[in-house]
Amino acid sequence: MSNQKSWRGYLRSDGRKGIRNVVLVIYLVECAHHVARQIVTRADDPSVQLAGFPGCYPNSYAYALMERIATHPNVGGALIVSLGCEGFDREGLQATIARSGRPVRTLVIQQAGGTRSGIAEGIAALAEIRQAADAAERVDMDVSDLVVGTICGGSDGTSGITANPAVGRCFDRLVAANATCIFEETGELIGCEQVMAERAVTPELGREIEAAVEKAERYYTVLGYGSFSPGNADGGLTTQEEKSLGAYSKSGDSPISGLIKPGDIPPGPGLYLMDVVPDGEVRFGFPNISDNAEIVEMIASGSHLVLFTTGRGSVVGSAISPVVKICANPETYERMAEDMDVNAGRIMRLEATLDEVGAEIQDKVLAVAAGEQSASEALGHQEFILTYKQFEPVGPACLPRAGGRP
Amino acid sequence: MGSLILLHPDDNIFICAVPIGAGTLVEIDGSACCVATDVPVGHKVARRPLRAGDKVLRYGIAIGTMTADAMPGDHVHRHNLASDYIPSHDRAVLRAGESEQ
Repeated sequence: MSNQKSWRGYLRSDGRKGIRNVVLVIYLVECAHHVARQIVTRADDPSVQLAGFPGCYPNSYAYALMERIATHPNVGGALIVSLGCEGFDREGLQATIARSGRPVRTLVIQQAGGTRSGIAEGIAALAEIRQAADAAERVDMDVSDLVVGTICGGSDGTSGITANPAVGRCFDRLVAANATCIFEETGELIGCEQVMAERAVTPELGREIEAAVEKAERYYTVLGYGSFSPGNADGGLTTQEEKSLGAYSKSGDSPISGLIKPGDIPPGPGLYLMDVVPDGEVRFGFPNISDNAEIVEMIASGSHLVLFTTGRGSVVGSAISPVVKICANPETYERMAEDMDVNAGRIMRLEATLDEVGAEIQDKVLAVAAGEQSASEALGHQEFILTYKQFEPVGPACLPRAGGRP
Repeated sequence: MGSLILLHPDDNIFICAVPIGAGTLVEIDGSACCVATDVPVGHKVARRPLRAGDKVLRYGIAIGTMTADAMPGDHVHRHNLASDYIPSHDRAVLRAGESEQ
């Protein structure tokens, strides 16, 4: 029933629809961070949000992701804040945002005369951008317009029993209603590659999925990552594949329609695996240095909101797209209830079934899409992190339904 | 049932939602079964009679092969279940497997 719900969204020029109308203030190097943050702070508007890239050296991955972020359906306009001498292609970013029909201005601090005058110029520009963004066309939107990502963070022994499989049930319902769902963490899916490959819509895609997990294993081996710890066995996990399946269970039972990389927009509804592990030799360190780096990648691939399962109790949210937190552990929920949207710990207490909690997560997804604040939004969380990575484009076998093009 | 979670209808094991003491009677698919040993939260007990060589299904997916028989209610863990995953390309996991034996 709840799948028939519709609400008013924001229509963008590429045909995608947004559930929020955020104005982004984007700093292009750490040196511009303070000025950008001051502009956001003084705007004192939860829909004016900060995003940025800290590095001075250019990186094609970071540039491509920033373009996707700035033209995300939840974004209605942007103010670019440049110091003036960093390597980031500010003209290219401005042109991409302008081409998308969104209001955009660029503030160059060195040209504005420094910190104080830069902040003043930025605040003035922001007012014009906000006004233009508020004129965005409104349109009916329903579950089939949604892209939903999922990640887990702060996992414990309950995550794989309650919150992760409950998100899987929710994903099955969303995919059945023609939504687009994304799961990831190929590095934590070691041992699941054959099962995943069997769920792929073509054998060629199945082989690509197996290759992606093998790449993750090579990458983490170089970094010296351990996979199965004694604590896992104390918690009741017996085998490596059992542990991986705990994270994997977030994906549900639907067929896997494609394999994407960060920033690739899924070409149609269905379930997609995101390969987050960089290509080539190990170059910039850990693939994702924290949960928010993964959240940003799912947002760059178009996620309107992100389902975050946690056992130990993460508090994070995100800029741009609401984060909905599903707490796996009933004791954590009692301690941190204000930070959580759904109490999957009730499954541990046998007060609810996986199906019931899966339906509750789906109801929460639709309510938040229709404008209700998630817990992290209400608490003001707007985390954002983007760092250096290196990717090759996906091969044609990865997206069989789109002729191989994201 | 009361204390056991079934994650998938195809599963042949349950997950304990509460600590179960040795000698506790639990109802499994309509029959009373005795849990012979202490089983902590998050651990597995057999849902059906399992023979050595049987696949153990969790989330409806094989998580390994039984190395000994188990009756419904018996604890299923490293003493009677082993990984099927032979990661020939991951020496670290292989070494960990050898040192356990």
